[in-house]
Amino acid sequence: MAAYLLRRLLEVVLILFGVSVITYLLLYLLPADPVRQIAGRSASQETVESIRRQLGLDLPVYQQYWRYLTGLLHGDLGRSYIQRSEVSALIAGRLPASLQLMVAGILAELVLGLSMGIYSALHRNSSTDNALMVIAFIAVSAPQFVVGILLLYVFAVKLGWFPIGGYGDLRHVILPALTLGIMGAGWYSRMMRSSMLNVLEQDFIRTARAKGLSRFRVIARHAVPNALLPVIAMIGFDIGIFMSGIVVVESVFGWPGIGQLTWQAIQRVDIPIIMGVTLIAAFFIVMGNLLADIVALFMDPRIKLK
Amino acid sequence: MTILRAVLRRKLALFGLVVIVLAVLAALLAPWIAPADPYRQFFDGLTLQGAPLPPGGDFILGTDLLGRDLLSRLIHGARTSLVIGVAANGIAVMIGSLIGITAGFFRGLPGALLMRFTDLMMAFPALLLAIVLAAIFKPSLWIVAMVIALVNWVQVARIMYTETVSLAERDFIAAGVSLGASRARLLFRHIAPHLLPSVIVFGTLGISTTVLLEATLSYLGIGVQPPTPSWGNIIFENQTYFASAPWLVFFPGLAIIILALAFNLVGDALREILDPTMKGKF
Repeated sequence: MAAYLLRRLLEVVLILFGVSVITYLLLYLLPADPVRQIAGRSASQETVESIRRQLGLDLPVYQQYWRYLTGLLHGDLGRSYIQRSEVSALIAGRLPASLQLMVAGILAELVLGLSMGIYSALHRNSSTDNALMVIAFIAVSAPQFVVGILLLYVFAVKLGWFPIGGYGDLRHVILPALTLGIMGAGWYSRMMRSSMLNVLEQDFIRTARAKGLSRFRVIARHAVPNALLPVIAMIGFDIGIFMSGIVVVESVFGWPGIGQLTWQAIQRVDIPIIMGVTLIAAFFIVMGNLLADIVALFMDPRIKLK
Repeated sequence: MTILRAVLRRKLALFGLVVIVLAVLAALLAPWIAPADPYRQFFDGLTLQGAPLPPGGDFILGTDLLGRDLLSRLIHGARTSLVIGVAANGIAVMIGSLIGITAGFFRGLPGALLMRFTDLMMAFPALLLAIVLAAIFKPSLWIVAMVIALVNWVQVARIMYTETVSLAERDFIAAGVSLGASRARLLFRHIAPHLLPSVIVFGTLGISTTVLLEATLSYLGIGVQPPTPSWGNIIFENQTYFASAPWLVFFPGLAIIILALAFNLVGDALREILDPTMKGKF
């Protein structure tokens, strides 16, 4: 087990290294010149060149990357070109808002998805089951920006129940969290339904019924916990989807998280921020996948370590 | 044919198929069935105060902020969604299958390297990668399709790899080997036919993901560029006024959802039909 973990962690490091190389090369290929963005349109050629030297952007790309990598190993993500601040400080400042949104989003998708899935499985092939599965299909077919704008229109503009975007108390987080979670709720409801149907056919459920346990007890104590495990194990994979999702959701709702930070950085060619966010996101994604694998390992001892 | 008949027997899949056929017809016949030129700014397409016209009246679905006919822009937008959806997903499935099957069939060092590269690509947040790629190349219809393909092949590669590896360990392959079949014969006559169902399923389901990603990129302003109409960029252009002109978000949004839903329904039905062991699973 320890050897397996060590090998997987080594893989994480290698993947992050690969991500940093690819991202660096891609950003180097950007046609927009970051120095022009910093200096402004009216700056003289000398100013532009002196800024270029100052940032080390006149060096060949492998030297630039080497400088970046050595900084990275010392925990330094560099300084933003536009906002005169450390990238790590900028990300750290925005991370709490994004994490709050993501946790709320996961809660939303689990509560909606799991309850829909359990209900559907218990009323298999009823008209409600069919309707719920159609809803699940619609949920996975709806782009987040459309869901977000429509939720804003109905619940903020027309009904006035929630504020129109912004960040603050619980009322601000509900619509963005729903927007982020609806697509996942669709997936989870389908997974939970099939997992429940699978468990309900097992012998131990028949045994529990034969013992004379109440229907509620059989479902709540025996069926649901067992059906839940393989579904919960998927949460690790959500992180990648959410890392993409927050860019859109934060932009629709004006949520001050790393999604917005990235989006602004891309528009202003603020390369250190794009680099930093990509690395942080990749770190979360790889750790999420690792977590999902480890959870699967603990749940099912039959999975052999390679 | 039997597959088509099986699809037609399922109500939801039939609905999806009808939607897809209608969307394809709309895209092909756009210049003839659209009530107006999608680029024309009508003088009477705005109110006296310069606001867009609501649905009903001369313009069936209303007009946009520039006084253009929304229905005509939606019909022409179907071209964008379908061309990108089919092309980008086709390329993604091709790249993914090629890499996944090669890695699974040949194993060894080349296989390991290909799969490590796939793992690496999985670590990128898809949208972020697409945004950076879209910023590098100047967005046009085909560039957007390429960008989406470059992001979406990864999942296909993983699944094709797993399937190829498990097929290669089956008895009939061992039998083929002992009968002296060449590697090419094993690959094309014995393994490839078993992978075809997955290719068909991904070829359909993936279009839904692609349509959504194109819409999202266009909504962020880095996909298909205005004035070329795309359902995503119609919302991008008009979103600031969604509170007073909600139809400019509602109708294009509905179009995206229905088209993505259609491909999901048909793809899901195909999966059930082609792989009965997956029945009832997600």
